[in-house]
Amino acid sequence: MITESGHFALALALFVALAQSGLGLYGARRGDDALMRCASGAAVALMLLTLVSFGALTYAYVVSDFSLVNVATNSHSAKPMLYKISGVWGNHEGSLLLWVTILALFAGAVVLFGRHLPPLLKARVIAVQGLVAGAFLAFILFTSNPFMRLARPPLDGNGLNPLLQDPGLAFHPPFLYLGYVGFSMAFSFAIAALIEGRVDAAWARWVRPWTLAAWVFLTLGIALGSWWAYYELGWGGWWYWDPVENASFMPWLAGTALLHSALVVEKRDALKSWTILLAILTFSLSLLGTFLVRSGVITSVHSFASDPGRGMFILAMLTAVAGGSLTLYAFRAPALKAGGLFAPLSREGGLLLNNLLLSTAAGTVLLGTLYPLFVDALGGGKVSVGAPFYNAVFVPIMIPLVAAMAVGPLMTWKRTDLLGILSRMKFVVAATLLTGIAVWVLAGGRLGDLASAGGMALAAWLFLGSLWEIGERSMLFRASGPEVVARLKQIPLAAWGMTLSHAGLAIMIVGIVGSSAWMEERIQNMKVGETAKLHDVEIRLDSVSEVPGPNYAALSGTFVLLKDGKEYQRLSPERRQYRQPPRPTSETAIHSTLLGDYYTVIGEEAPGGGYVTRFYWQPLIAWMWAGALIMSLGGLVSLFDRRHRIGAPQGSRKS
Amino acid sequence: MTPRKKRRLMMLLAGLVFLGGAAALVLTAFQDNIVFFHSPTDLKTKQVSAKQRLRIGGLVEDGSVKKDESGKTVHFKVTDLTNSVDVSFTGILPDLFREGQGVVAEGHFANGLFTATDVLAKHDENYMPPEVAEALKKSGQWKDTSAQKQKAPDK
Repeated sequence: MITESGHFALALALFVALAQSGLGLYGARRGDDALMRCASGAAVALMLLTLVSFGALTYAYVVSDFSLVNVATNSHSAKPMLYKISGVWGNHEGSLLLWVTILALFAGAVVLFGRHLPPLLKARVIAVQGLVAGAFLAFILFTSNPFMRLARPPLDGNGLNPLLQDPGLAFHPPFLYLGYVGFSMAFSFAIAALIEGRVDAAWARWVRPWTLAAWVFLTLGIALGSWWAYYELGWGGWWYWDPVENASFMPWLAGTALLHSALVVEKRDALKSWTILLAILTFSLSLLGTFLVRSGVITSVHSFASDPGRGMFILAMLTAVAGGSLTLYAFRAPALKAGGLFAPLSREGGLLLNNLLLSTAAGTVLLGTLYPLFVDALGGGKVSVGAPFYNAVFVPIMIPLVAAMAVGPLMTWKRTDLLGILSRMKFVVAATLLTGIAVWVLAGGRLGDLASAGGMALAAWLFLGSLWEIGERSMLFRASGPEVVARLKQIPLAAWGMTLSHAGLAIMIVGIVGSSAWMEERIQNMKVGETAKLHDVEIRLDSVSEVPGPNYAALSGTFVLLKDGKEYQRLSPERRQYRQPPRPTSETAIHSTLLGDYYTVIGEEAPGGGYVTRFYWQPLIAWMWAGALIMSLGGLVSLFDRRHRIGAPQGSRKS
Repeated sequence: MTPRKKRRLMMLLAGLVFLGGAAALVLTAFQDNIVFFHSPTDLKTKQVSAKQRLRIGGLVEDGSVKKDESGKTVHFKVTDLTNSVDVSFTGILPDLFREGQGVVAEGHFANGLFTATDVLAKHDENYMPPEVAEALKKSGQWKDTSAQKQKAPDK
């Protein structure tokens, strides 16, 4: 009964979404208040309906209702409760339902929190959201309905893929989707502005918080996914440049560019049509990501079995969204009034450089991801583009970006004196050079260590440069103590957020450079009692035992890490054999320190006795996760800035 | 020239410089870093350089998986059901590696032995890499498993 109401709510939601878009667009065209209010009502109704539908599916998972195909294929009664619930979005149908529910939540939020929005803009934004929601609802109902019944329900389900039975992955998809779908808001605002033919500071002030929120979620989602791959897949890495990873990374790059260009629109009324274009592209890349993951057209380590029919539907949707909105853009963008002028050396110029570099980066990732498809379509055979390509292309693009990031916030609007800034920052320049030299000497002083020393110097440059900006604002070391405190208090939260995010990236670079330059890997056969060396410790295999779990049996090894002959840490990686589905997984055991991670994996028993074991020393990797967290924290802090909460004040206040 | 036109021109030039730079980067990177896919039959019939990194794909032949005494190095055969190729891999195989399953391996081919540096793991046991499906189709050994899939819808 509950599942039937969920199914019904889903079908009803499709028509509500269509009404929402029709009424919104038509009402805004006629300037009819009543119609536009109806569209708002529809958006709230859509939000409630999708929530009911999502709740019904979750209920079916919680009570293990195996009369639903979706539950029977993806769940099992013996599964822990957390994974019964995360199983709702651990499969194709459920994850799309989550997607559309989040979309409806965002549209509902516009209605509930958007009281100050100009009514016409609001109605059109809601309408565009309705259009996207309608397309997704049709997709779910016609090709991937999670509420399909089985005529003869099985006694128990097939179970969830054990690799997905993990807390990190339980929350990875929702965060990723909050990010992807969050960019639909920027898209809707862009389309609404194109229809209206007007983009101004108030518009940018509306778009920024939504984009920022989506960006925070996407950053967290990508970091969670990478962290999960690091500790769960047992290969010691955290990023593979795999098409599915790229699929989430491209919208992130474009979204980051959008955040910065919207700033120029807000403060200086420039780069307007570019910002609109970016908003369209960011959401199109989000859709492309969904298509790549769900259609399986590209070989990926993360690919799930898939159905080409579904891929075609998403491809058609992608064509409609990207093609339609770009056509609209081509017609309407020239009508947008050009804004303020600026010199190339100015804060606007800096942000423009940021945009150029970020979109070039997104473009190269896109090219690398789709290249195998092009070559295959042209009859060039099957090829794959892997990590070496991306490292060769991506790093040279990121170096100028990071170098400019430290200086950008110190630049003034309209025109700036770059040499003056650099001479003010001489302490930072000196510290950067010192860091580089120190790292180079510590690493061994060989020619090959120059790259990692350069990377570390770049991180120091960005970190200190970001702090320097706060230091200058507060007149640290130049004014009296109380005045500095008073000045610090005056710094808006948005500026703090920027500093945090930029410094977070610097910390992340430390982790990336450290782990790629100095990682150590050891594979060996070990019998109980034997030791092996890893970095600065010796690892002894103390014992191996069978351990039962709730829905698996595990082979658990106990390793003792010895530092200078003394016991330092114990680690117990497992090799689990799940019962349903019958599949083995490796559970790594990691000891994390600020200097690096000791990472242990135990394999099967070897034919000649003993166990295959694998150890990694991953230097500074904890910095990477910490940096990603600080980055998203910066976004969050900035989101609480008073200027964002008030929304669009009358006119544009210059700052 | 008005200041606006001047700025436009400047932005355009900057954009072109970036585009050119990126294109140059991408092209050189493509030249060195593209990995071609070969089926076991391709390896039999075509000449491949031992220096070139490549990918192979097919099914892990039943009964072919052998570990050496220490268990560190694994030997197995990858087949497209017409021809097969010997593969050796040192390390811990992905959890979903099994005889009879589709597999993609990356590495170098020399003297009849494929030395793999990576064996790609899949999250999903129903998943068949498109290249593997293609290789099987080419050798005429492709069995349509969609009927079976409909019974148990995919994830």
